[in-house]
Amino acid sequence: MKRAGFSIRWLPILLLLPQLSIILIFFYWPAAHAVRSSFFLQDPFGFGETFVGLKNYTSLLKSSAYLRSAQFTVIFTLMVTALSLSLALLLAVKADKVIKGAKTYRTFLMWVYAVAPPVAGVIGLVLFDQSWGPLKEFFGLFGWDFRLGVDYFDTAFAMVVISVWKQLPVNFIFFLSGLQSIPKSVREAALIDNRSASGRFWDVTFPLLAPTAFFLLIINITYALFDTFGIIDTVVKGEPSNNPMTLVYRVYVDGFRGNDLGGSSAQSVVLMVLVLALTVFQFRMVERRIHYT
Amino acid sequence: MKHLSFVSAAALALVANTAFAETEITWWHAMGGKLGDTVNQIAADFNASQEDYTITPVFKGSYEETLTAGIAAFRADEQPNIMQVFDAGAATVIGAKGATVPVQDLLEANGVDFDINDYISGVRYFYADADGKMIGMPFNSSSPIMYFNVDALAAAGVEAPKTWEEFETVTAPALVAAGYIPLAESHSPWIFVENFMSRHNLPFATNDNGYTSAETQILVNSDELKMHWTNVKEWLDEGYFGWYGASWDDNQTPFEEGNVAIWLGSSGSFGGLMQKDLPFEFSATYLPYWESITTEPTQTFIGGASLFAMAGQSDEENAATAAFFEYLTSPEVQYMWHSETGYVPITTAAYELAKEDGHYDRFPAAEVGIQQLSLASGENTKGYRMGFYVQIRDVMNREFGRILTGETSVDDAFATIETEANELLSRFAMTQG
Repeated sequence: MKRAGFSIRWLPILLLLPQLSIILIFFYWPAAHAVRSSFFLQDPFGFGETFVGLKNYTSLLKSSAYLRSAQFTVIFTLMVTALSLSLALLLAVKADKVIKGAKTYRTFLMWVYAVAPPVAGVIGLVLFDQSWGPLKEFFGLFGWDFRLGVDYFDTAFAMVVISVWKQLPVNFIFFLSGLQSIPKSVREAALIDNRSASGRFWDVTFPLLAPTAFFLLIINITYALFDTFGIIDTVVKGEPSNNPMTLVYRVYVDGFRGNDLGGSSAQSVVLMVLVLALTVFQFRMVERRIHYT
Repeated sequence: MKHLSFVSAAALALVANTAFAETEITWWHAMGGKLGDTVNQIAADFNASQEDYTITPVFKGSYEETLTAGIAAFRADEQPNIMQVFDAGAATVIGAKGATVPVQDLLEANGVDFDINDYISGVRYFYADADGKMIGMPFNSSSPIMYFNVDALAAAGVEAPKTWEEFETVTAPALVAAGYIPLAESHSPWIFVENFMSRHNLPFATNDNGYTSAETQILVNSDELKMHWTNVKEWLDEGYFGWYGASWDDNQTPFEEGNVAIWLGSSGSFGGLMQKDLPFEFSATYLPYWESITTEPTQTFIGGASLFAMAGQSDEENAATAAFFEYLTSPEVQYMWHSETGYVPITTAAYELAKEDGHYDRFPAAEVGIQQLSLASGENTKGYRMGFYVQIRDVMNREFGRILTGETSVDDAFATIETEANELLSRFAMTQG
C-alpha cells in the first residue's frame, strides 16, 4: 500500500501553524501563567509580588471553607449527573414509543436546551423566591419552609433542580437518537426471547445504549463541574455568604471579587489537574470496556 | 472613488477634531438603576457647562466588578481616567502606590483650591493615607441608618429605639404584639460589625485600624461584638428579627412590603425608597447603640465609594479629571446628588446649601446620614484599612449566616472569622512586598 504524504516537509507544519498558535496563545500560555501565579502572592495592580512556594496550596488544604466547597462540588456533581441522566433516559424511552405527534412532543422536551445558564438561574430565582415564589408556596403546603439564600440545604436543592432541568434536553436528544439507532431486528428478536419490557430494556437496549451513556456521563460531569457557573452565580445573587458553592465559582469569588490572584490561581491549577485526571480516566479506563458499533 | 471619499472623510474628521479640541475622559462606575441615571445627568451637565472637556460615564456592574475591571484595564494599560472604588476595596487601590494619582495632588497640580477641612468630618479621612492626604475623592458617601415604618410604630405605641436595650425590652415586644416583624438589616458586616465598632468607638484592627501598616490584625473576636451577635440570634429565635439571607434587596423588600417595621439600610437608600411610593409613611434616625457598652455613642464610618484618578494619563486628561472633580464638589452639584439619591453631601458648603434650601424641612429623614456622620468622633471612628477586605466580608457573611441558621455558635464563628481574616491580612501584606 502506498503511503500518502507531503512531498514538502514544511507544508504540513505551515498548515498546522494557525491551529497550534491558537492553542498556544489561548490555552497553554494562560495555563502556564496560572501555574506561575499560584506560587506567588501578587498585588492585584501588578506592582509587587512575593514568592511563597506551595503556601497557596497548603492554605487551601487547611481552609475548612475550601474543603466544604470541594465536598459540595462532589455531591452536587453526582446528583446533577445521576438525576439528569436517569430522567432523560426515562423521557427518551417514553418518547421513543410515542407515535402520534412524536415530533411536537420531542420539540417541547428539547426547548429548554436553548436557555442560557444565567437565564435558567433567573427563572429558578423567580420560581423559588423566598417571599412570593410559586414553588416556595407549593413546598409550604407540605410544611416545608423553603428559604432560598438563607438555608444551606434549600439553596443547594434549588441549584440541583435548576441545573438538572437545564441539562435534561441535551441528554434527551442523545438518548433518543441512541435509541433510534438500535436496529429493529435486534428489538424484534428480543421481543421473542423475553416478554418482560423491563427485562428487554436492561438486557438488550441498555447495553446497546452504553456508548451514548458513557459519552453523556463525561459531558454531564464537566457540565456540573464547570458550566453550572452561571446558575450558581444567579442563585446566590453574587453574595456567596453561607450558601453552597462549587469550586469553579470559588475561583471566581476569590480571584475576581477578592483580587487574590495567587490563591485563586492555585485553585484553578487544582481544577486543571482534576480535568486532566478525568480525561485520562475517559480514555484509558472506560473506553476499553465500552463497545462502539 | 470609494478610496477617495474615505480619505476626505478622515481629513474632515481630523479638522473637526482640531476645531473643538475637546479632551475626552472616561469614568467607570458601579451606579445602576436610578443612581446611574443621576450619574449620567451629572456627566451631561458637566459636558454642557464648558467646552474643553467631555466625560463619558460607563456602568461596569457591581462594586466588585468595577474594581476588577479597573485592575484588569490598568494591567493592560487601558485604564479609565476615573474609577469608582468602594470602601472594602480602598486598601487594594490605595496600597498599590502608582496605580492612582492622589486626588489632593491632582487638584493642587491643576490649580484647584483644595482644603481638606472643606469636607465633612466623617468623610474627610476614610480615603486618605496615614498622613491625612486625600487619595480618593469621596463621591457617594453613605452611612447605615435606621429606617422605620411610622404607621407601624404608631400602631404599636412606641418610638424609634435609641438603644438596643430599648429595642429589646420595649420596641420589639410591642411591634410583635402589633403583628410586625420588628427588625431587619441589609449587609451584616457593614452594619453589625464595621459601624458597630465606630458607633461604640471600639478598635476594629491593630495599627490604628490598619491605616499605619499592612501588617494588621483584626479585632473582631471581642466580647462586645459577641454579646451583640448572641442577642441578634436570640432576637431571631424570639421573632424580634427577620433575616432573609445576605442579599441586600431580600432584606429590604419585607420592609417595603410593610411586614418589617424597622430596617437598617444605607442613607443612600433614601432616594430609592422615596421613589417607590410606599403604602406607609417612613422616617429614619440614628443607628441604635448598646448602653451597656457606652453612654457616649460616636459617629459612624462612611460607606459607599469614592472616585480615584488613575495614573498613566496625559496631563491634558488629568486636567480634565481635575476640572470634573472641581465641578463635582461644587455645592450645587453635591446638593443635586444628595437630594436625588440620599447620599450625603461631602462638603460643608453643600450641606449648608441643602439646609438653606429647606431640603430637610421637606424631608427630615434625608438629614439623618449626615448628622450621624457629624456626631462626636473618637480615636476609632476615622475609618479602617484592611487588604483582601472583600473576602473578609465574605467570611463574615458566611459565618453570620451559619450563626443565624444554627449551624455554629457565636464563639466558634468569631474565632473562625478572626483566624481566617488574619490569614487573609497576612497574605495581603505579602502581596505588597
